[in-house]
Amino acid sequence: MTGLAARGVTLSLGGRRVLHEASVGVAPGEIVGVIGPNGAGKSTLLRALAGIQRPDAGVVMLDGRELAGMAPGDRARRLSFLPQEEMPPPPMRVEDLVAFGRLPHRAARDEARDRAAVARALGETGLLDLRGRPGSQLSGGERARLRLARALAVEAPYLLADEPVAALDPAHALAVMASFGRLAEGGRGVAVVLHDLTLAGRFCHRLVLMRDGRVAAHGRPAEILTDAAMRAVYGVTVRRVGDAVVPWSLTDGRSEEKQVIS
Amino acid sequence: MIDRRDYPLIAVLAAGVLGMLVLSLAWGDSPVSLPAALRDLMAGRHSVGAIIVGQLRLPRAILGVSIGAALGLCGAVMQGYLRNPLADPGLLGVSGGAALGAVLVFYTGLAGLSAVLLPAGGLAGALLAVLLLLGLVGQGGTLVLLLAGAALSSFAAALTAMAMNLMPSPYAAYEVMRWVMGSLTDRTMTDVGISLPGTVAGCLLMLTTALALDALALGDEVAESMGFRLRGLWGVQTRVVVGAAVAVGSCVAVSGAIGFVGLVVPHLLRPLTGHQPSRLLLPSALGGALLLLVADAAVRLLSGATEIQIGVLTALIGAPVFFHRVIAMRRGQS
Repeated sequence: MTGLAARGVTLSLGGRRVLHEASVGVAPGEIVGVIGPNGAGKSTLLRALAGIQRPDAGVVMLDGRELAGMAPGDRARRLSFLPQEEMPPPPMRVEDLVAFGRLPHRAARDEARDRAAVARALGETGLLDLRGRPGSQLSGGERARLRLARALAVEAPYLLADEPVAALDPAHALAVMASFGRLAEGGRGVAVVLHDLTLAGRFCHRLVLMRDGRVAAHGRPAEILTDAAMRAVYGVTVRRVGDAVVPWSLTDGRSEEKQVIS
Repeated sequence: MIDRRDYPLIAVLAAGVLGMLVLSLAWGDSPVSLPAALRDLMAGRHSVGAIIVGQLRLPRAILGVSIGAALGLCGAVMQGYLRNPLADPGLLGVSGGAALGAVLVFYTGLAGLSAVLLPAGGLAGALLAVLLLLGLVGQGGTLVLLLAGAALSSFAAALTAMAMNLMPSPYAAYEVMRWVMGSLTDRTMTDVGISLPGTVAGCLLMLTTALALDALALGDEVAESMGFRLRGLWGVQTRVVVGAAVAVGSCVAVSGAIGFVGLVVPHLLRPLTGHQPSRLLLPSALGGALLLLVADAAVRLLSGATEIQIGVLTALIGAPVFFHRVIAMRRGQS
């Protein structure tokens, strides 16, 4: 059975329970958005799905096999992970940094394929013009695209991205979400942590709403982004623009002018 | 690990090492015909030339290459693993352990019994330091490693100073001081036999981490997600620490502490290898060998009645590079 799925995953960090029996799945061809307030366990869930953090209880299955039993190299070719934070890039050329994404395929020694994958990733993230620039000289947004390009260059069947659009302007954020859309159309599975509910509602096929380490709800965006759920989980009221929701005000008793948070 | 773009650099460094190797065998106080001496050496004839080249110059040259290469490689690996351009092999406290082991051999008077005991003491000190380091670090990360190394270094330095302080004769204290400064003078094939196996094994172990160092440039999580195991028995950290410690311990045991090679060489070569950690390794090993052979030639050229210790010379070359680094950083900030 295909797909990446966490089943009843429980995980503690430093004695504090961060995930409680979380179950989520990503099927080939779909984008699953993971949303929820800060500290809800979204990043830990993604790390568990990536096989970087082992669950204390529960399992993560990848295409019918238990992730924990897989060889690290095998896992790395099937799952590409884009963490929330990364080291600032060294002064290497952008192109060489993106080529690090081919490290999981190092045993194949297929240079032509590696070069093609790097070129595709650079094109997909709009970095072709910057390919010769030292990574250390990039702006914050360019660095975010560089990190994404590295993750795309793996060309793994599944991509797990933790807040990939947090540092991006609206145009680049839309471009990144559109490129996830193309990945999904090509049969890849994408799990992405997002704080932007508008993007989550527009681009994700399904949403997982996390709260206090638990999956509070999962389903199609229209089922998740309800007024009641947003009030209960985020403590905000929302307004609707077409299909999308925009967080509009806090739900406590202060005057509306001071409550605008979007 | 070897990039096509680095072929010219590697060729130049290798040619330099080869040239200096031939020079250090051919050149010295006694005029010797190198080809004739090598022929005698191969044939097992005990001519004067064969003895001078085979027993005096050859071990010194071999140690110059192997120790220089190990220090250069180790510096490049440590700087890559710790993601700190100022990391060097001495940081692990293993050189300090080796120095302490050797000093204790002097202190107890064992040094007079057999020439083998001094490097053996150094090697034992280095191995003890590695075991302590691994025990201290456990599954901790790079910060724990740095702190444990610093603690071990200063402890070993304090014990070494105490041993020198309490040394029974001033002559022994002088001998220790000279040894601690580092030297390749009067080393024999026995020293080569003691040093070379550990140096080669340690270097090979460090070389297995080359691609992991590339991935680590992007952070621990990215490296792990790309299939590199960082912790555990065969994890990258263990291979870096054990490889560096065994190699450096084997070097310091016969040569004393030769500083700054591991710091300066990778630092100078990094811009020439595109700042990529894996591409820096082989050039750093060659560059380290070249620097040490040049420094040793300078020692032989400059020394009058009292020989200048090679560790002093490498530090004299190395410290200005530090100054340059500090000034460049200050300019970058202002």
